[in-house]
Amino acid sequence: MTLVTLIIRNVHRQVLRVTLTVLGIATIILAFNLIITTVRAWYAGVEAAAPNRLITRHAASLSIHLPLSYRDRLAAIDGITGVTFANWFGGVYRDAKGFFPQFAVDPESFLDLHPELMLDPDERRDFLSDRRGCLIGRRLADLYGWRVGDVIPLKGTLYPGDWEFIVRGIYRGAEPSTDENWMLIRWDSVNERRRQFDPDRADTVGWYVLRIADSSTAGALSRAVDDTFANSVAETRTETEQAFQAGFVAMSGSIVRALELLAVVLNGVTLLVLANTLVMAVRERTREWAVLRTLGFERRHLAALITGEALLIAALGSIMGIAMTIPAIDLYATLVSTKLGNFFQQLVVYPSTLVLGALATLITACCAAVIPLVTALRSNVADDLRHIG
Amino acid sequence: MVIIQSVIECCHVTKSYVRGDQEIPVLRNFNLSVPNGQFLAIMGPSGSGKTTILNLIAGLDRPVDGTIRVAGTEVSRQRETELARWRARHIGFVFQFYNLIPVLTAAENVELPLLLSSLSKSERAKRVRAALELVGLGDRLHHYPRQLSGGQEQRVGIARAIVGDPTILLADEPTGNLDREAAEAVMTLLRRLHRELGKTIVMVTHDPFVADYAETVLHVDKGKGSSR
Ligand SMILES: Nc1ncnc2c1ncn2[C@@H]1O[C@H](COP(=O)(O)OP(=O)(O)OP(=O)(O)O)[C@@H](O)[C@H]1O
Ligand SMILES: [Mg+2]
Repeated sequence: MTLVTLIIRNVHRQVLRVTLTVLGIATIILAFNLIITTVRAWYAGVEAAAPNRLITRHAASLSIHLPLSYRDRLAAIDGITGVTFANWFGGVYRDAKGFFPQFAVDPESFLDLHPELMLDPDERRDFLSDRRGCLIGRRLADLYGWRVGDVIPLKGTLYPGDWEFIVRGIYRGAEPSTDENWMLIRWDSVNERRRQFDPDRADTVGWYVLRIADSSTAGALSRAVDDTFANSVAETRTETEQAFQAGFVAMSGSIVRALELLAVVLNGVTLLVLANTLVMAVRERTREWAVLRTLGFERRHLAALITGEALLIAALGSIMGIAMTIPAIDLYATLVSTKLGNFFQQLVVYPSTLVLGALATLITACCAAVIPLVTALRSNVADDLRHIG
Repeated sequence: MVIIQSVIECCHVTKSYVRGDQEIPVLRNFNLSVPNGQFLAIMGPSGSGKTTILNLIAGLDRPVDGTIRVAGTEVSRQRETELARWRARHIGFVFQFYNLIPVLTAAENVELPLLLSSLSKSERAKRVRAALELVGLGDRLHHYPRQLSGGQEQRVGIARAIVGDPTILLADEPTGNLDREAAEAVMTLLRRLHRELGKTIVMVTHDPFVADYAETVLHVDKGKGSSR
């Protein structure tokens, strides 16, 4: 026998109470893991941004376009090794729920600047040679069951009318964080229609993507770009792709912040649930602690016994919580992606999330043990032995 | 030549409890000297301070005044942690209500004090078995307290008290909860421990029949001791 034997037996005394506590902790861990997974999915989009790309857009608003003529002037700036551009197409598939990002891009330069979109060479060639062609990400293809050769009908919003695009390729992300929900269509084909029906707004682009030779010069180059177009018809605002993406989700970012706070609050709930169980368990055994001390057990032994009990309950809860998280996350992902479109592209549980949840719970358990421990240590042995219990 | 050495020495001990603004005196100028190897019974009316005396000797409580020397250590001056270690080495305590840990078997209960020592697992098992055989429970090693009779539980309690081979055995009404027959078995056992192993035993009891097993009887009344 060791002290661990006694800890295990002690936990086993009140099976129902401990089971309820363990289930409570497991549920809290499940919630914690779902929240952290959501938050991390959110940041994955920001993290996926390449450090060597800048985004140049209209200084006033993303919805005001820039002239196409800026392309050559941007390319001429020292340190910029590539320029491409894109427009938000904003088409609707079937109904408003069928939302996914569609970009009208300059095919060759866009693929050139985004090597993380991995594509079969044949599919790439087909896309470049078909003005009605499009590329879609693998997750998007899976979601709607689209395959190469399928026709995707879209109802235009910014570009009025009915559109049809033929899937010429399905790209895969080079990194797990690469967004596989994009649809890329050809800027030249949408611009052509614009020239006919809306000539004033033709030959404009939503934003430019710049590739820079050295990511450490991003700040200086951004200023250089914006200085170039200062006092011209369309002033620009240039920032790293990362900053652009972060800004893009800025408003929802405060929701993310709230979720993070919630995750911390959950640990407070664990603290209370566990402390409650421990205080009861320790108080019921007041006399036994006194007996142990009579036998020569020191404060540190009692500390080990009580903290050990807290840790054991917390560990059981953690294991059960993790076991619940793995199937639950699939359910959650289905729920979230049908309700929110493909906004969260990355609802995967990282092992580090599970470790974080378990670790936070174990640390919380040590804190929860302090309250009953102090009571047990302060107690007077002689008095406790008098009480018949 | 036999050198008689006091293993327990209480000099001018005063103990009182404070409850609210009222001071309840329990022991006043209490003196006690127990030679090594003595079997002493303490008798007295309820509330006379018998349990208090045992608690003071075991270092579970502190006197208001006076000194208490036990097994060469000035108990009243020790710090909590040192006292715990000292107690593990020198004191075996037998309780009226046995105070076994209900979730541990007889053998595990007896092993508890040995967990504080550096003994190996097999050495511990050997001593546990020896202690339980000594109290006549060699066949009850894996019984839980609820599967034992009161007399058997008390004998497990005695095995737990002696397994670490302490200098002194303190027993607070060890037969208080037992019928005559079980009490006799327990007392015979204590007398054997005293006679055969030379243990110093201080026992508190109400029962003159039980006190008869001791060599010496001390009557206390409000802290005034008188030996017979
Ligand atoms: N913590 C305490 N606070 C106040 N008074 C106490 C406390 N502990 C003991 N007393 C009082 O001290 C006196 C002596 O108590 P003690 O338990 O030593 O008596 P006892 O001789 O063992 O009695 P009994 O035979 O009933 O066990 C009693 O009057 C008791 O009420
Ligand atoms: Mg008493």
